[in-house]
Amino acid sequence: MIKIYEKLPNLLRRNTNSIKQTVELVLSRNYTNTVPDKILEKARRSRLGAAVKGPAVQIENEPKLEQANKYTEAERDYKYIYPDFLPNPVYYFRDKIRERLERNDMLNRRKQITIPEFYVGSILAVTVSDPYAPGKTNRFVGICIRRDDYGLRHSFTLRNVVDGLGVEILYDMYNPTIQTIEVLKLEKRLDDNLSYLQDCPPEYSTIPFDLQPVKLLPGMKVPVNTTKVPLKKKPWRHAWDRKSLRGVILPEIKRYEHEEYMQSTSEFKPYQKWDLMKNYRETIHDDDHREIIQDIKKFESEITDKREVITAAKKLVRTRNIPSENSTPNK
Amino acid sequence: MNRFLLNTVKNISSISTRDFSVSMKLEHVQFMSRMKIVDDSKLARDGMTYKRAPKIIHVYNKKQIGGIGDKVLLAVKGQKQKAIIVGCKNYVRKDGIPNFDSNNCVLVDDQDTPLGTRITAPIPASLRSNPNCTKLIAIATHFV
Repeated sequence: MIKIYEKLPNLLRRNTNSIKQTVELVLSRNYTNTVPDKILEKARRSRLGAAVKGPAVQIENEPKLEQANKYTEAERDYKYIYPDFLPNPVYYFRDKIRERLERNDMLNRRKQITIPEFYVGSILAVTVSDPYAPGKTNRFVGICIRRDDYGLRHSFTLRNVVDGLGVEILYDMYNPTIQTIEVLKLEKRLDDNLSYLQDCPPEYSTIPFDLQPVKLLPGMKVPVNTTKVPLKKKPWRHAWDRKSLRGVILPEIKRYEHEEYMQSTSEFKPYQKWDLMKNYRETIHDDDHREIIQDIKKFESEITDKREVITAAKKLVRTRNIPSENSTPNK
Repeated sequence: MNRFLLNTVKNISSISTRDFSVSMKLEHVQFMSRMKIVDDSKLARDGMTYKRAPKIIHVYNKKQIGGIGDKVLLAVKGQKQKAIIVGCKNYVRKDGIPNFDSNNCVLVDDQDTPLGTRITAPIPASLRSNPNCTKLIAIATHFV
């Protein structure tokens, strides 16, 4: 590349006539933003172009996706670890004072119980206090299917198959009756909403209640489970084939039928991923959640200090017990 | 010409085979909705394999829409029989209350005593506080 930059001015001096010709051609035809194909091909076949035989720059040791390896890695970020702290992206529903008050309440609740980091697709166990149960507690294990709502109203649903019957339970995350939230398996899936598991065979959402927690190695990133789930035959609960899902194998549909079916619906919007304004509205700007992340970091540092104090207190208690034990053999 | 005809025929066939239920189902438990009996009694076993599925005739409720713990009159195998709803698949989601993949119910006598001796499905734990379901809970195997 450096060599080309050095040679550029010389090349331009030599080829001034050709450049003039091309500019005149373009201007004579009154094209606004388009360049005729002939001129483009000329440029491509020139020494500067070098796009005739493959790409201009060859990448050596290109990183290949290991499809045989079931797990790949994903990023770790505050946005994804604490999605409940993010405000509603719809500007109409936002109120800064209310958000701050709610955040304080959430952090106070987090001082009482440890709410771990988890994602849609990871396996959780939730124990809730139940005054009518024999042990006064009720425990449920399942896959996290979806996470809804913002702030204090944040909730997650678990799904499991018990006695061959699918069960889904919604839990409000900041409900004071929740005693513990355990993460048995930390994982991500290909989709952000796994409610299509209702229309899948039951083996993909059955989890034993006595599942032992699977520990990740320290410093390891959250693995992404890339299993694809086959759907049952119709009728379905929703029209899953109209939604762009990545973790689903659809049953065979005739191609012309499927295309017409897709294009006839209002959900057929393949241009949405290039809609910059829509993406901007749905996401929250970095300046907006800078204040939130500062609060979370302060809270995390406080908690680590508190834990250190607790461990120190335990050590003190142990040291007090020791002389009493030593005193007995002397007598 | 032939091509044009073929296209029109294809379009008509696609319209005739298309599902028009584009909107989401309500999944209410109400008059004429089919139920699944989750019970060990003989009537339940015969009623589930009968040519007509057991369906609701009446909901003993002011709203006329059934929920967990509500009483219901069923038409099973040409008979009238009362039952208690044990699980719904409605979309009205509340904290800690389970949603099931099917609408379940248990056959019951006029004095709220169940006909069977065992319940083959998990039962929501919120039914424990319901005073009408004490006999039903004595038979249950799993709570969710």
